[in-house]
Amino acid sequence: MTQPSAVPDTADVVQLSGSVDLEHSPGVRRRLLDAVEKARRLLIDLSEVTYIDSSGIACLVEALQTARSRNGDLALVAVSVQAMRVLELARLDMVFSIHEDLAAARAAQA
Amino acid sequence: MLDLPAPPAFAEEALDVLVESRVPARADRLKLLRGSVRAAARMCGLDDSTAQSVVLAVDEACQNVVVHGYADRKAGEPEGEIVLTLARCAEGLLVRLRDFAPPVDAARIRPRDLADLRPGKLGTHFIREIMDAAAYRPAPQGRGNVLEMVKRKEPRP
Repeated sequence: MTQPSAVPDTADVVQLSGSVDLEHSPGVRRRLLDAVEKARRLLIDLSEVTYIDSSGIACLVEALQTARSRNGDLALVAVSVQAMRVLELARLDMVFSIHEDLAAARAAQA
Repeated sequence: MLDLPAPPAFAEEALDVLVESRVPARADRLKLLRGSVRAAARMCGLDDSTAQSVVLAVDEACQNVVVHGYADRKAGEPEGEIVLTLARCAEGLLVRLRDFAPPVDAARIRPRDLADLRPGKLGTHFIREIMDAAAYRPAPQGRGNVLEMVKRKEPRP
């Protein structure tokens, strides 16, 4: 199984991968909140997420709320099929801004 | 429970037990269960997309045990355990989740209002959305909890 990671590949993009589950979500939460603190506009790339559960979704929701509270912007990018299914189950696909790829996301934020 | 009907009371001989797993109730052990849930769901005739959804529902039920069930365990007490049984039944897949934690008050288990955007407490909602039946059963020797859930291989009539 791919180890999860949350390494910003630019100042405003966080890439998540592997399983964002109860085991790994505490680390993901810290990294997302840290990224939100540092960037007014944040993109979270979910293309490599193979599994996400309610604890992982909670990380995304908390990051979104934190960004909004700081008058920032947060969007999801290239959401994997598995992650999209869970977002839809949580009715959050209409809450988050979701973009097909980074180029589309950057264009929308320009 | 969860606004879902209770599963039928299966006679044990009517069940084809596919796997029974006993793991410590720790977050890092739940991935060991997820693979067997997906495989068992496929063996019970569920398509792959549905099987993945069932993995999520069972994982969330196990998380409830890890996070809430054994939350009051004191230092020095034996580590909590989860016993997961996956069986083929007439309807499809039967999931039986046993723990040895204090009894759950099933009446207090409710999915949260999704319109209230906040982190957490989505697991119960996922279980309700994905599974077709769920109920707590009397635990053997009155110790712990037994949660049974069913996912039908055919859509609900």
